[in-house]
Formats: sequence, C-alpha cells, structure tokens
Amino acid sequence: MSDSNDGIVLTEEQKRRRRARSIAIAVSLGVIVVLFYLVTLVKGPAVLNRPL
Amino acid sequence: MSLISEGALSKPLPSLAEPSLAGVEDYLALLKPRVMSLVVFTALVGLLVAPGHVHPVIGFTALLCIAIGAGASGALNMWYDADIDAIMTRTLRRPIPAGRVQPGEALAFGATLAVGSVLVLGVLVNWFAAALLAFTIAFYVFVYTMWLKRSTPQNIVIGGAAGAFPPMIGWAAVTGDVSLAPFLMFLIIFLWTPPHFWALSLLRCDDYARAGVPMLPVVSGLDETRKQILIYTLILAPVGITPSLFGFAGPIYGAIAAICGAAMLYLAWRVYRDREGEVAASAARKLFAFSLLYVFVLFAALLADNLLARLGFGFGLAP
Repeated sequence: MSDSNDGIVLTEEQKRRRRARSIAIAVSLGVIVVLFYLVTLVKGPAVLNRPL
Repeated sequence: MSLISEGALSKPLPSLAEPSLAGVEDYLALLKPRVMSLVVFTALVGLLVAPGHVHPVIGFTALLCIAIGAGASGALNMWYDADIDAIMTRTLRRPIPAGRVQPGEALAFGATLAVGSVLVLGVLVNWFAAALLAFTIAFYVFVYTMWLKRSTPQNIVIGGAAGAFPPMIGWAAVTGDVSLAPFLMFLIIFLWTPPHFWALSLLRCDDYARAGVPMLPVVSGLDETRKQILIYTLILAPVGITPSLFGFAGPIYGAIAAICGAAMLYLAWRVYRDREGEVAASAARKLFAFSLLYVFVLFAALLADNLLARLGFGFGLAP
C-alpha cells in the first residue's frame, strides 16, 4: 500500500529549516550539559550545598 | 481592556496544521537581541563591580541565564503583542505578524526559556539572584506587557523597572544580596528609560496611535511629552553622578557622568525647544541615539573606574 498521499509532505525548504532547528536544539542541550559539568567541577562537592 | 479594534490584523496567521517555516534566525529574533545586548552589558557591569570574587564559569552562567531570561521576556512580549505588532510599521516584520512563527510556538518557546533560565540560575548560582530574575520576567510580561502597555501612558515609566533590574541581578549573583550600589544602577536605568522611549515615540507617534497603544504623545500630546522628557532628564543627569557621590565610584566616573548628563540635558532641551518640522524630528532622533550611548558610556565608566580601583589606581568601590 502506498502512503505517498498520506499526511503532510514537507517541501525541501521546510525540511532544511526543520533540520536547522533540530541542530540548534541539539547544540543548546549540549551547552547545558557542558555548563552543568563545568559548574560541578568548579564547585566540587559543595555543588548541592548552598545557602538559600 | 484592549484598545485594539477587532479585525485589525492585516494578514491571517497560519493554521496549526501548517508545517512551520520558522528558521533558527526567527527564534533568535523572538529573543530581541538588541535589547538583550543592553541587558547583558549592564548585568555584566553589576556582576564585575560587586564586592567579592566570582569564578568565571559561575559568572558566565549567571550572565547566560540573565540573557536567556531577558530573551524569554521578549518572546512572551511578542506572543502577547502580536496583534499590535501586526499594525505598527516598526514591528510588522517580526516573526509572528510575518507568519513565520505561530503564536503558540512563541509562547512555548518563551515560557520554556523563562522557567529554564530561572531554575538554572538558582541551581548553579544562587536562589536570590534567581528570584530577582523571576520577578523581572514576571514584571515585564504580566505588569508591563499585559497590563500597563495597553492601559496607561505611564506604561514605560513603571515598566522600565524590568529593564533596570539586570545590574542588580548581576550583583546578586556574586553577593547573594543587594545594597545601595546596585540600587543606584537600577535607578539610573529606571530614570533613563522614559526620555529614551519617549524620544522614539515622538518619531513613531502615528504608529502607536494607529495600533491604539496609549503612549504619552498619543494621549497627552507632543508638547507634554517634550516637557516630560526634559523633566526626567533633569532628574536623570544628577542621579547619574550619585555612584561617585556615595563613594561607589571615583571622580573619573563622576566627571564622565556629569559630561554625559549635560549633553543629554542639552539634547532634551533641544527636543523641548524645537517643535516644528524636520528640526523637531532631528532633535528627537539625536536624543534617542545619544540616550543609547549615554547608558553604555556610564556603565562602561563605572566598570573601568572599578577595575582601576581594584588595581590600586582609582578611588572607586574596592573589592
């Protein structure tokens, strides 16, 4: 059974922009992971021990 | 009550079923990067002049969170104001009125960044700074955007507080509290906001009137706006010097602040005096452009003064 007519078919431009958005989200998540890693190194064992 | 008439949108927004054409640059535009640059710079100064030491990684984290929080406020502002933006020439090409980003996408984007920036600042830096950031975002979105902007000509006077908090947050990221020095930085930006935005609104009065935004020139007229610009600048100029008077900065900062304050006052006087034709428009343009320079120069001087003091060459706030 062919499903070529089912659902929304993205144009090349839409695919390109979706790919760019996906890369941006991946980079942002990577930055957050690296940031938490660095701060953990900087703060050491005190990372979870701070005054409110 | 909204002043926007029904059916004012010039073009329909795309339906939810339509695949998104939003590019990364559209999401960056939602963050209002030009506003963010002022926020980041003033927060950086607040962070660097605060007494004590902060590790560069923690300082960078604090600035990143403040920048993202400011961007989130911008995205939520654009989501709520999409109807106004679609009418005004200055904002017509923003991602939502242009149809490249759907309102729901902007809302989700802004809300996620707002919550994320506050939580990361709290977990990685300190919760007092995070609470200040949360208050700033909430003030900008709920008090300024949703309430004041469409209801009173004092919108940017009170709403200006949101733009004045970043140096205080930067300071709090280092010290965990606030004191008189960050309050003076807050006060400078708070008093700078009305003449800055009213100078712009003199030039865009028709735009604001068409969109139904009750900016001061729309409600009270151009002459009253010119008078208010002059009054606020008369207060701003001496307040700009107060960091020197209270001992938080040295005489070099005081001299720079006095010169810049005098120049701002002169330009505000020109706006007050020149009321007709191209001369009036030129005076408002010059004041608007110089006001941007004013706040950057004052905070740069505050930073330079403080760094000199830390190196033993100045008279400013010692670490």
